[in-house]
Amino acid sequence: MRKFVIAALVVIVGGLAAFFALTAPRRAVAEDPALEQGGDVERGRIVFHAGGCASCHATPRQDNRLLLGGGLELKSPFGAFYAPNISSHPVDGIGRWRTVDLANAMLAGVAPDGAHYYPAFPYASYASARLEDVRDLMAFLRTTPPVEGKARDHDLGFPFNIRRTLGLWKVLFAPTPAPLRDDPAKPAAWNRGRYLVETLGHCAECHSPRNGLGGIVAGQRLAGGPELEGQGWVPNITPHGLKDWTRGDLEQLLDLGLTPEGDSVGGSMTSVVRNMAQLSKDDRLAIADYLLSLPPREGPPKPKR
Amino acid sequence: MKTIPKILALGAIGFCLALSAGSVVAQNDPIAQRKALMKAIGDSGRAPAAMLKGEQPFDLAAVQSALKAMQDAGKQSPALFPETSKTGGDTAALPKIWESNADFKAKLAKLESDATSGLAKITDEASFKASYPDILRSCGDCHRDYRARR
Repeated sequence: MRKFVIAALVVIVGGLAAFFALTAPRRAVAEDPALEQGGDVERGRIVFHAGGCASCHATPRQDNRLLLGGGLELKSPFGAFYAPNISSHPVDGIGRWRTVDLANAMLAGVAPDGAHYYPAFPYASYASARLEDVRDLMAFLRTTPPVEGKARDHDLGFPFNIRRTLGLWKVLFAPTPAPLRDDPAKPAAWNRGRYLVETLGHCAECHSPRNGLGGIVAGQRLAGGPELEGQGWVPNITPHGLKDWTRGDLEQLLDLGLTPEGDSVGGSMTSVVRNMAQLSKDDRLAIADYLLSLPPREGPPKPKR
Repeated sequence: MKTIPKILALGAIGFCLALSAGSVVAQNDPIAQRKALMKAIGDSGRAPAAMLKGEQPFDLAAVQSALKAMQDAGKQSPALFPETSKTGGDTAALPKIWESNADFKAKLAKLESDATSGLAKITDEASFKASYPDILRSCGDCHRDYRARR
């Protein structure tokens, strides 16, 4: 009996130790004085729009996309998320953050106090962001007006309300943070397009099906699927779903929201279009070229309505 | 000698019948009507979109017919979203249309006025390229909030 109790204790303590070890938040970027100097505001503005920051963090129900007070509700099967304030406000926003704080938030999903962020914040994509872009983005964010007030807490069910468990999610679904390296065998525009699609633009976060734990189904990346927030369907943006699309069609969609059929996109894509319209035409064409270069992937079947 | 008045009278009756038949359709099937207006925007809009992409030469008449389709839709749509047309047909109209009806109608009015000022402003290729894209950019303001994704 005593042996059994000891064995049970060993298993429980060992299990807890393993859980804590596995779920410990890990920063990706070390403090570096060079990271805290400089930063190009204008380049940061492009990173801001390419990254779609305003789509979630801009204060809802007003038109100024640089008022980053947060509060937008994002519904999900796990509960409701509320985008935080990332304005330059020193207390309610991120006005006191250093670049290293922003880098660890974006690349590793770790807050300055060491807590995990929920993957509604697309750090699984931002994990491959380049540090000079993070530094430029930080410089740009500091130029946005301070907005008072914090967003309300997320409203999630058990066990998703325990942030520590996100460590397991990261082990399963988040890549190891590492800045994306250009593929020297490919043209510069393709590399730029890949970085804009896969990293900053985080297109796969909405345009891919997810499994029951909210991880992207790797083999169907960008192949479309049910909308996380509601009843709708997000289209396949690999060549399987873009059969008759030209690069000009895609560039025009990203600039104006117009599809080749003459329709105008709706839902959350309208906000993406507003971001993409701020990029250069070359950047939009790079996105188009990268998407059209992907292997065609068949996504989950769209239900008949 | 009464033939001509008879023909005229019959013609008038026929005209009235045709009119009322038309309005019966309008009253009974606002979903189909408003969808037809949107489809007209899409169909007539493909040519100007191709012009912007440089796939088609500039054609003022085609641009004007696209703008007229928008003007029509902006003018006629407010009457085509009665409370009774929330469901009942194949519609992507979201309930928010009736919850924020003042905003919805304001945006339809903007569609009409944008198209009207586009018709006045756009006279050649340069003015087309300068003004037309911003008119298209407004489409999303309604599609974002008021149309279901399918």
